[in-house]
Amino acid sequence: MTLPVASSRSLTIDGNEAAARVAHALSEVIAIYPITPASAMGELADEWSQKGTPNAWGTVPEVIEMQSEAGAAGAIHGALQTGALATTFTASQGLLLMLPNMYKIAGELTPTVIHVAARTIATHALSIFGDHSDVMGARQTGFAMLSSATVQEAQDLALVAHSATLKSRIPFLHFFDGFRTSHEVAKIEALEIGELRDFIDPALISAHRDRALNPNRPVLRGSAQNPDVYFQAREAINPFYAALPGIVQQEMDRLADLTGRPYHLFEYLGHQQADRVIVIMGSGSGAVGETVLDMVARGEKVGMVLVRLYRPFDADRFRQVLPDSVAALAVLDRTKEPGAVGEPLYTDVIAALAATGPIPPTVIGGRYGLSSKEFTPAMAQAVFDELALAKPARQFTVGIIDDVGHTSLTVNGTWNEAEDVVRAVLFGLGSDGTVGANKASVKIIGDKTPLFAQGYFVYDSKKSGSRTVSHLRFGPRPINSSYLIGSGQATFVACHQFHFLEDVDVLEPAAQGARFLLNSPYPADKVWDHLPAWFQARLLDKEIELWVVDAAGIARDEGLGGRINTVLQVCFFYLTKVLPIDDAIAAIKDEVAKAYGKRGEVVVRRNEAAVDRALQSLAKVTVSRPVANGHTGDSPDEKLAARLSTAPDFVQRVTQMMMAGKGDLLPVSALPVDGTFPTNTARWEKRSIGDEIPLWDPSICIDCARCVLVCPHAAIRIKIFDAATLTQAPAGFLSKAADGREYAGRMLTVQVAPDDCTGCGVCVQICPAISKEVAKHKAIDMTPKFESLERERANFDFFLEIPDIPKSELKLDTVKGSQLAQPLFEFSGACAGCGETPYVKLLSQMFGDRALVANATGCSSIYGGNLPTTPWSVDQSGRGPAWSNSLFEDNAEFGLGMRLAADRLEADAKLLVTALLPSLGDLALDLLAADQSDEAGIMAQRDRVGRLRAALTTMEPDPLAGRLEAVADALIKKSVWIVGGDGWAYDIGFGGLDHVMASGRDVNILVLDTEVYSNTGGQASKSTPRAAVAKFAAGGKSTGKKDLGQIAMAYGNVYVGQIAMGANMTQTVRAFAEAEAHPGVSLIIAYSPCIAHGIEMVDQMSQQKRATESGYWPLYRYDPASEAAGKPGLRLDSRAPTIRFKDFAEKEGRFAMLTRANPDRAAELTARAQQDIDDRWHFYEQLVNVHRTAEYAEVDDQ
Amino acid sequence: MTTGPNDVDLSTRYLGLDLAHPVVPSASPLTGDLDHLHTLTDAGAAAVVLPSLFEEQLEHEAMAIYHGREWSSGSFQEATTGFWPEIDEYNTGPGPYLDLIRAAKRELTVPVIASLNGTSRGGWTLYAKVLEDAGVDALELNIYLIAADPEVSSGEIEYRYLQLVQTVREAVTVPLAIKLGPFFSSTAHMARRLVEVGADGLVLFNRFYQPDIDLDRMEVVPNLVLSTPAELRLVLRWMAILHGNVACSLAATTGVDGPEEVIKLVLAGADVTMMASGLLRHGPVRLRQTVDGLRSWLQDRGYESLAQAKGSLSQKSVPDPTAYERANYMQTLVSYSPPW
Repeated sequence: MTLPVASSRSLTIDGNEAAARVAHALSEVIAIYPITPASAMGELADEWSQKGTPNAWGTVPEVIEMQSEAGAAGAIHGALQTGALATTFTASQGLLLMLPNMYKIAGELTPTVIHVAARTIATHALSIFGDHSDVMGARQTGFAMLSSATVQEAQDLALVAHSATLKSRIPFLHFFDGFRTSHEVAKIEALEIGELRDFIDPALISAHRDRALNPNRPVLRGSAQNPDVYFQAREAINPFYAALPGIVQQEMDRLADLTGRPYHLFEYLGHQQADRVIVIMGSGSGAVGETVLDMVARGEKVGMVLVRLYRPFDADRFRQVLPDSVAALAVLDRTKEPGAVGEPLYTDVIAALAATGPIPPTVIGGRYGLSSKEFTPAMAQAVFDELALAKPARQFTVGIIDDVGHTSLTVNGTWNEAEDVVRAVLFGLGSDGTVGANKASVKIIGDKTPLFAQGYFVYDSKKSGSRTVSHLRFGPRPINSSYLIGSGQATFVACHQFHFLEDVDVLEPAAQGARFLLNSPYPADKVWDHLPAWFQARLLDKEIELWVVDAAGIARDEGLGGRINTVLQVCFFYLTKVLPIDDAIAAIKDEVAKAYGKRGEVVVRRNEAAVDRALQSLAKVTVSRPVANGHTGDSPDEKLAARLSTAPDFVQRVTQMMMAGKGDLLPVSALPVDGTFPTNTARWEKRSIGDEIPLWDPSICIDCARCVLVCPHAAIRIKIFDAATLTQAPAGFLSKAADGREYAGRMLTVQVAPDDCTGCGVCVQICPAISKEVAKHKAIDMTPKFESLERERANFDFFLEIPDIPKSELKLDTVKGSQLAQPLFEFSGACAGCGETPYVKLLSQMFGDRALVANATGCSSIYGGNLPTTPWSVDQSGRGPAWSNSLFEDNAEFGLGMRLAADRLEADAKLLVTALLPSLGDLALDLLAADQSDEAGIMAQRDRVGRLRAALTTMEPDPLAGRLEAVADALIKKSVWIVGGDGWAYDIGFGGLDHVMASGRDVNILVLDTEVYSNTGGQASKSTPRAAVAKFAAGGKSTGKKDLGQIAMAYGNVYVGQIAMGANMTQTVRAFAEAEAHPGVSLIIAYSPCIAHGIEMVDQMSQQKRATESGYWPLYRYDPASEAAGKPGLRLDSRAPTIRFKDFAEKEGRFAMLTRANPDRAAELTARAQQDIDDRWHFYEQLVNVHRTAEYAEVDDQ
Repeated sequence: MTTGPNDVDLSTRYLGLDLAHPVVPSASPLTGDLDHLHTLTDAGAAAVVLPSLFEEQLEHEAMAIYHGREWSSGSFQEATTGFWPEIDEYNTGPGPYLDLIRAAKRELTVPVIASLNGTSRGGWTLYAKVLEDAGVDALELNIYLIAADPEVSSGEIEYRYLQLVQTVREAVTVPLAIKLGPFFSSTAHMARRLVEVGADGLVLFNRFYQPDIDLDRMEVVPNLVLSTPAELRLVLRWMAILHGNVACSLAATTGVDGPEEVIKLVLAGADVTMMASGLLRHGPVRLRQTVDGLRSWLQDRGYESLAQAKGSLSQKSVPDPTAYERANYMQTLVSYSPPW
């Protein structure tokens, strides 16, 4: 049997790809910069050009990655001025960075299209999700704004934009909703490249070229104008805007002639005599449209106006589509403009109605869907219900519970989706291939059957053990359901990880009688007894048919590791019956061959073997026994509540809901008004994602504390304490006599936090203490967690109660001393084995109790500050790092501001202390003369400030006392840390970083150098080394890594430390101590292995060692204090290379991949990379002997 | 290399191939690229054996790329497409090896023998076929089974060898040599059985990489040491025993450092002798030195051809056949005088 054939034009892709295909085909210069959720458009364009894919006119577009979106906008501005067809892609803050150039591009009537996956602008918090706050921030630039509501439109309207911009000369911002459309995989009718070419009038391209800057017929553009002419010149552009709507409609009509898909600037759907109408733009129209059709079918007179061309807003055409019968109109905006009379679409509609009259009696405006908040038909129904009221709210919100401003509409009931649509919800892990498999399934159905298909994928905010929920729909009509599959709506549910049953309500989406597939290590006849009681009970209540398959076992047997995707894909098709199973299997194998064939036949063979075994393992579970009685309290919600019963109030009220996946239910009043959250919350998560945990053998341990230092998750700890403490210890709590004279007579324990460990194994890999009897047994070994979980939980709880040694008694500049300090950064959601977090943790241990941290956007801001919890924590006195993330590009300046404020407030405080000296006496003198160069001095000052506060409260009401009270804490030394990745430091934030380095102020800059944009998925930065493969450097990066340390050293007064923890731990700790002690700017460049390097993260420390041994990452410290003392400033802390670059590089996928892909180029780049290393080492060796003679120390302004 | 009227005829036949003399570079890094192959043939190599194509290596590379790309794909919300760009052609298959074969066949005048080390039955036949299709003159199967499993008997191990050779034999028509390890209970019997199932030649012996212990790091480490003439004895014994007892070509490898070892092996019965360590140690020039040394030795002793000398000291041809057997061990011990 062969599959029914789908249209040969159908393509199943996501919105980003749909737009990028058109953009690449119709451009000559493409400037890119990664930003979620638009990154994929740039990646695809780069990939296609790398492969030599030509545009519609047979030339390969020039794709260049810039240092920021501002740079990308500048580059396309220049390219456009010089006559090329140029484009770029962006979102959110990236679009904001393009604004200045956008004004210029529009003001000069320059045709271009910027494609935007619309995303929230950071306000009280960053959000990567979708709304219109970014594009609305560009509505004043003069760009035309065209909105696509679906994946199909993302392609079609991209073409309309590219054509209309040439015809009108007005640049276009073509946008669609971030994630909802950019990442939704859907079946579309594809445009072919010949059609794209033929759609564009060559004469318009020639006209664009004729207007270009050309020395053969020179002109001047970009003049400076005076009051006499600027205004008139600005108005001269008006006819172009007046003509634009007509041009766009013409292009839409041409597209309709070509494809049969008609589009209009404003689209009306609904009853022709509607009395209630919703106006909306973007993907939310899917939900409104379904509601309208349903209500009209029920006899109600409702309708929807979908806005496609938002700028210029054509009031007449808007009026034309609006039925005259409308009495009540609701305009929905996916953005918020605090303080405005209404959101922008609302005010535009009001103005358009006023301009074209008459205005319907009721016109109200509402906000919905901010930051991808769900917007469902039930919510659209609530808006129509509101419109039916005699006095509807003039301004409202829908989709939240606003118990503060009482703006929110009440949403009643549920929405039942169409019966002829198959709906599936699948729970998986980010790393198990669930999402990839589901994308493949959607593709199979979309490409190979006449059915329409949709896939949308939701992740949690963690990088390690990230959970995914896939929402798939298949049906006979185009699927416009722009919302998640709701509670009780899924006819098929799968749980790809057995342990989710403990923590996730995986049955919530299941409809009555649905089929449920469980990836289970237990066979069908044994699994029931291993299921939690809540699951058993709900399963029986919902009459769900349970099937099991041992996908993990099959994947393991076939050498596929944790990639269980193909097995579960087969089961999905078998159980959903979307396709005959034989056809499905053939199609899966076809996809396997297509997707994996290029990686090698063995990959295909093993996946095919897994596919063949899937149905043998799949079995239906017969429920032989009812739910075990007395098993109460084991539902995920109940367990969470029990675990958090001793947590702070905020955690129980707010954080707990987010952790339970029920943040949507939190009312407005539950949330902080200004984005301020408590720290010390990651400790309540207990994600327990590691299958193995390290266990300690005190008989072998040598007290080195290396395991504690390298642990990326602060999940292995060390404490030294009095033996008497042990009287309270639980049975099984281990300890040993502490080594070292200073700890004589005391006990030492190395303890794992069993539920916080990710099982990465870095601690075990670094442990130098090996059993004399069995070499594989070390002082810590990874062991299956279930064997010791309960015991270690009790041990860790007890361990936390043991008092820490006061920091003043620790040698913080040693490995062991630093590790005896409590980590104030713990249990982050960073990738298991992260190379960055050990440095961040070390910072928190050494200086956290007095640290102000400015954190650039990136991985560290996400694992550091993405809700529901934060790893930044507090010590036993309640002190800890105060942390904030401003933006990506401004972090150095942000941190400098912290320093300026701290210094200013300290100076104020000292003045006030001086003024109050008669009252304060010796205390004032001591406060002013305090030596805070070490921990003891800082502790003494804290004590003095405590006494000062007490003294101030007893003083007569004195305005000076009140002022001093407010700034008294400024008298305690602050440690300002500016933390970020290489994308920030080398690229987008370099200008600011450079300025801060030149400032001479006492800030500490920590660059977590992963040599790639880790957070957005591995795009090359200027830190990416020569020969490495990365996105935007698919052919291996041809240029060398920028030497940031060298640039910093050129200032002469900047402390610079280049470190790699795995290569030299002592140097790492000392560099931190010295950097913090240096009274000016300090820069630490920390080598941070990342999963993007293509290494097993368990080996990251030994790979750091190789990096240093090969000279790839030399260790050094440049200390201006040495210069001042007449000694060389630079000290090389690593030896001359002992191994070749190749020996280091061949162990990393980022380099090895190029060898496989292009051996000749790999050989050439590897040789050049070796030269880079030799040259740099030679250069540094010479620098060690260089003495500066100039005095670089800062001179006081006076 | 030609033979003049006063010259000794050094020609030999191996796997049905006519070779000018019996000195051949065996599979080693030296035979891994075309430039080196030219250098070796310029230095007089009678044939070349390319380095082993390791199925395991091909699989490892393919799976590493698969895991590398797949594992990071979709691992979190902002990196839904993984961390590396997708590349159309990874060269994870035998492509570069086949390119080498084709180039060698195109540019060299001597026979080109490919070496294959498989892991799966499917892999052995698959790659044997592609190597044959690429035009090799003969195929050497580098079979490498370590009998480490206490549950697996010697009989089972032997059966696997035979089954494997038979399967490959059925898949290809090109001459097949089997590179053996020395660890069989009955090497002579095994050799005969291998010939029965289709081996055209035997290569004695495969020199397994032996692990070592690094005392500083307290780790087991792989350790590659170049072979020395002292290792020749094992080969010499079995060459002498097998010559005339099995109906196939015999090649000797391991411990061949110069003319002396070649002469001994030829006298014991070798059709060809293969050098790797000798070439790595002394350079390609060692080939010509060895052939010249062989020729001089034969000339000096009045031989007209290599064929005359071949096997003249094999077990069948020596007056005391037990010299190659266990008695020899006893005599050695008895006659050994300690240095103190």
